[in-house]
This record gives sequence, C-alpha cells and structure tokens, in this order.
Amino acid sequence: MTPNGSSFSRSVMPMNRDDSASHEAATASAATSGPSVKIRARDINVFYGEKQALFDVAIDIPEKSVTSFIGPSGCGKSTFLRCMNRMNDTIPICRVTGAIEMDGEDVNDRSIDPVVLRARVGMVFQKPNPFPKSIYENVAYGPRIHGLATGKDELDAIVESSLRRAGLWDEVSDRLLQPGTGLSGGQQQRLVIARAIAVGPEVILMDEPCSALDPIATAKIEELIDELREQFCIVIVTHSMAQAARVSQRTAFFHMGRLVESGATDEIFTNPRDSRTQDYITGRFG
Amino acid sequence: MTDLPITTTTASDRARDIRAAVESRLKTRHASERRFKLYGQLAIAIALSFLVVLLGRIVTQGASTFVVHSISVQVPLDPARIDQTALEGVNYDIMVADAVLAKLGEKDDDYGTKSEAIKDLMSPDFGFQLLNMIKADSSLIGKTVTVSGPLRANADLYFKGEIKRSSPEEERTLSNQQLDWLDALKSSGAVKTGFNFGFFTKSDSTEPEQAGVLGAVVGSAMMLLVTAFLAVPIGVMAAVYLEEFAPKNSWTDVIEVNINNLAAVPSIVYGLLGLGLFINTLGVPRSSPLLGGLVLALMALPTVIIATRSSLKAVPPSIREAALGVGASRTQAVFHHVLPLAMPGVMTGSILALAHALGETAPLLMIGMVSFVPGVPHGFDQAATVLPVQVFIWENASERAFHERTAAAIMVLLVFMILMNAVAIIVRRRFERRW
Repeated sequence: MTPNGSSFSRSVMPMNRDDSASHEAATASAATSGPSVKIRARDINVFYGEKQALFDVAIDIPEKSVTSFIGPSGCGKSTFLRCMNRMNDTIPICRVTGAIEMDGEDVNDRSIDPVVLRARVGMVFQKPNPFPKSIYENVAYGPRIHGLATGKDELDAIVESSLRRAGLWDEVSDRLLQPGTGLSGGQQQRLVIARAIAVGPEVILMDEPCSALDPIATAKIEELIDELREQFCIVIVTHSMAQAARVSQRTAFFHMGRLVESGATDEIFTNPRDSRTQDYITGRFG
Repeated sequence: MTDLPITTTTASDRARDIRAAVESRLKTRHASERRFKLYGQLAIAIALSFLVVLLGRIVTQGASTFVVHSISVQVPLDPARIDQTALEGVNYDIMVADAVLAKLGEKDDDYGTKSEAIKDLMSPDFGFQLLNMIKADSSLIGKTVTVSGPLRANADLYFKGEIKRSSPEEERTLSNQQLDWLDALKSSGAVKTGFNFGFFTKSDSTEPEQAGVLGAVVGSAMMLLVTAFLAVPIGVMAAVYLEEFAPKNSWTDVIEVNINNLAAVPSIVYGLLGLGLFINTLGVPRSSPLLGGLVLALMALPTVIIATRSSLKAVPPSIREAALGVGASRTQAVFHHVLPLAMPGVMTGSILALAHALGETAPLLMIGMVSFVPGVPHGFDQAATVLPVQVFIWENASERAFHERTAAAIMVLLVFMILMNAVAIIVRRRFERRW
C-alpha cells in the first residue's frame, strides 16, 4: 500500500465514518448536487497470490446512473467490479483489502453474508450464461431461492415483470418453458439481465455485457441499460469507448491496476486531466 | 522507374521458388499422411481380430450349452421295491434305469450290470423327481408314472459330438454298449433335443447337466446392488466436496494423489483388506453378497470419485458464477446447477465402475466367495456365488461338460456387461447437455 494512496483516503473518509449520518448527508446533498453516492470504495488493494492486481482504488459510484469502467485489458477494471459483490471470494488465492461501502455499509464486513449481498448487487457476465433450463426457470430461480414469492401466481408475476423490464417479454412470452440456451446471444443476455432484476437488486454490475454480441443486439442492450438506469445503480465494464460514451453518465479510467481518473463521462472524453487517459481515449495505446 | 520491372521479376521468381519448394515437399507430406492412416487402420484391424477370435472361441465353445438332450421315461413304481418306511433310502435311479432298459427291449443279467450302465446315462434328477412325487402322493405307489429330464452330461456330450465313437473305448467315459443304447434311444425318437432352459433356472450343481447360472446371476445382482448403494453416494459426495468445497492445500493434494493411486491398486489387495477388516474384525458373514459388495464398493470408489470430479470440472464455471451471481449459496449452486449438469457423466462413470466390479474375480476369491453354493441366495448375509467366480469354479471342474458351461457362463457375463454399458451410453446420449 503506497503512503500516497492511504493518505488520500484518510483525507476523504473521516466525515463519512458515521454510517447513518453520512447516508443522510448524502441523500440530502443528492437533492442539491446531483445523485447520492451508492457505493463508496476506498483503499482497495487486490492480490492474486503474490501479484497485486489493484492499487489503492478509491471511487464514488452514484445512485440511479450508469458508471462505466474503461481501460486496456488486464488493467483491473473487472477485478474491481467483482469486488463489489464479492465474487472474488470464490477465487481462493484472491485477497481484497480496503473498504467498499454500499449505503454506508462495508460489504466485506463479517456480518454481511455474500449471499445476501449478491441478491442486492446483481451481476451480468461477459458471455451470456443462462442456466440450461427453461426461460421461466432462469428468471424464477433467484426469487425462489430467496423466498421472494409465496405462491405460483406471485412467482409468475415476478417472472413476467422482470422479463418486461428486460425488454424480452414480447419475444418469449409464448415459449417460457423452452430452454433459455435456445435463445439468440442478445436475447440470452437480456434473459440474464431479467434474471438479475428478478431478485430486486439495488446495483447491477455488468462485465463487458456486449462483447459477445452483434451491433444490433448491442444497441438493444444499451437501450435497456439506459432504461434501467432510472431504477438501478449500474456499473458497466466495457472495452468500447463509444459504448461508455453512449450509455454512461460517469466514467472511470483504469490503467495497470490503478484508477487513473474518474468523473463525468463528457468531461473524461472531452477534457481528460491525465495524459494516460488522453492517450487511451484517442487510441494511442490499449 | 527503371528498376521496377526488375523487382517484379525477382518477386515472381521468389514466388515460384516458394511454390516449387512447397510442391517438392508435398509428396512426402501426402505419403506420411497416408502412412499414418494405414497404421491406424492396421491397429484397428488387429484389435478387431483379437475381439473376433476371443468372442468366436467363447461362442463356439459355449453355444452347445444351450442345447440339451432329454428323455421321458414311464417308470412302474413297484411296491416291492419301495420301502415306505424309508422313502429316502430307496434306489430310484435303478428303477429308472430298468424302465429305460425295458424301453430298449433288453434284459438285465443277474448282477444288474446293464442297469448300472444305463444309470450312468441318466441324470440323478430322475430319482429325485420320483422321490418328490411319492412324498407328495403316496397313492402313486403301484402305478406307473412318467418322469422326464436331461440325459447325463456324458450322454449329452456324445450327442453333441464331443465324445466320439472313433476314439478307443478305454479312453472314453462311455462304453461301446452304452453308445449303442444311446443311438437306439435316439433313433427311436425317445431322446428329445431342446433349448436348455435349465441353464437359466437352476443354480450350481455337482452334475453338469443340472448346473445353471441362476444362483450366480442373482448373487451378482445382489452384490452389485450393495456396491452401487455404497460406492455411488459416497463417491459422489466425496467428489463434490473435493471439487467444490475443499480448500486447495497440501492436505487435499495428498488426498487427491491417494485417490488416484487407489484406482490403480491391484484388486486382490482389496480382497486382502476385505478379509482382514470385514471378515476378521467386523465379522461380516463370509462369502455373502454383503461382503462382496463391501469389498467391490471400496474398489469402485476411486473410479466413481475420479469420474465425478472430471464431470464436475467439465461444467463451465460460468454456470457457477451465474448461480452465485443471483445470490445462491455455494451449496445451492452445486446442488441446483453444477451437479445436475454433471449427472450424465457421474452416471456413466458409476455404471462403468459397476460393470468393472461385476467382472472382478480376484478379491472375491480372497473373501471366500469361491465356495460351491447350490442354491439361490435368500439374503444379503447368505452364502452366494457370482458370475465370474462361477466361471472360475467351472473352469476348474474335472468333468468335460463343465467346460462348455464355463464358456456359456462367460457369455451370460458378457451380456450382463454389454447391457450395463449400453445403459451407460444411453444415459450419456439422452441427458448430456451442450453449451
């Protein structure tokens, strides 16, 4: 941990130590100065065994907006994304230090069950990964294991509303019992988004959700992301700067495990402060 | 501008050179391709010919078992020859022999040599049939009853051409006179040729013509049941734990290496373990299906674990991530998604491990399953015999007629195995999913 990074976080953090107070302060400030902060990360260092993948990452991710992470391959943006719902827990050699607070609560706290956390923080992966089960079962699985529906009717309603919000209902309503793996790539990705929505998350993490899709399917997903932004805090990792510019309100640029710069998307793309950001977005490397 | 044509010529020259070089090597490349194809075909041809020889020998040797020569005889139950106070002690065999002799129109001498010679041609089963009839209904005494059954194994072998008249009389088990009688019975139509149902409805016997595989088949099935109920759940659970939950450290490495080694341990060692642990320490009844099943379960366990682990590994990690991503716990991710997807592989591996256990002989010899068991086992703790051991026992028998039964028992065992492998293939085809 570099002294530079820790001193930075200390200078920012003290006023937010009191969870409820900071939350209220954030909510209050939201009314005046843009959206409130949903996720606040400080001092995030991630190690894969001996190798350090992230260095002192600190970022605020606002509520009900799209934040995109850009950067060259291997820069740590997916690693950071996976810290937010503790998916890195599944990798035995992976170690995370630092604090990620969601609504003022440290997600790495012992009292937080990753199972509960992942219901609050949904995730969409690079490759569409529907369960090899029916479309209905794919969406109903989450609500079922979390006990969100008391009866068949309620579950049906959750499935339908999730598929509607994912913009997939009209395409699949007549074949809900057919396998989800039989859909096209773009439909599968929307099915996976419906599956994430079905458990009622607050945050949706998307790890390069369009990298395996054609331009038309990509456009549909982007459109969907734009709609979902009204209800969820969305974080998207993308390799396409054009996509970042299109869908996100805020952008963070990662390079070699460090968060180089973050800010409003149009500012990052038109007036980057760091020369590395400038080089990357103008296509000089990466 | 002037040197432009020169560069183009040299460029086309180079292209021609490259093509010439490629073409000159093309011939050897094609030749080596053909050569390797030929090697492959040759290897398959050799393997197939071995298989044909093996199966051909077993079938030609064993096929005659499925044909049996039997005879019906009217036996007068002479009250003078039946001591009603000691029914068990009556010499029914001689009464049957006399009836056959009468059928042949021959008269015995005072010493009864002919009826003794006839007795050697008839299965002792006729005598037991008479005894049982009289026991059931003593009013039959004084009447004439019909009994039918197989000829004795030697006579059967003569009709099958195994015993030849051309060989010297003192070298065969049947005398010339006995052969004459058999020919006479055959030409009179008294000897009937039919399918040997008895081979499938009877158990082991000291008389080859009475011996069947039913006891061994039932014994094998019971033993496999024990093996399956032990090896599959324990093996699958162990594999799930090792693959999905166990921390990856030196301990689990040691366990993994040991499991892989166990799969390669000679099977007789498992027999020794069974002898020492199950019989001597735990007092499991000797030569019972329970004991055999326990030993074979130990043997099948590593195979089941390895098969399960590899099919769990084959489930794409994206499925685990998908389940964890919607908030499933690790246990839920495994039991709702990963294990069901791995199930076809688990089933296939388990069935193949069981098929392997079915054919195992050596460890069963160690735990005393090699004994002569004349009936069908009635419980898991009763003495039983199993198919491969039955093959072993019959192969060691001195009567020639057992040798064709050895091959026939092998055929039954092979059919058993082919069925199990077919089930494994069907399960794999039917339930395998693709991503």
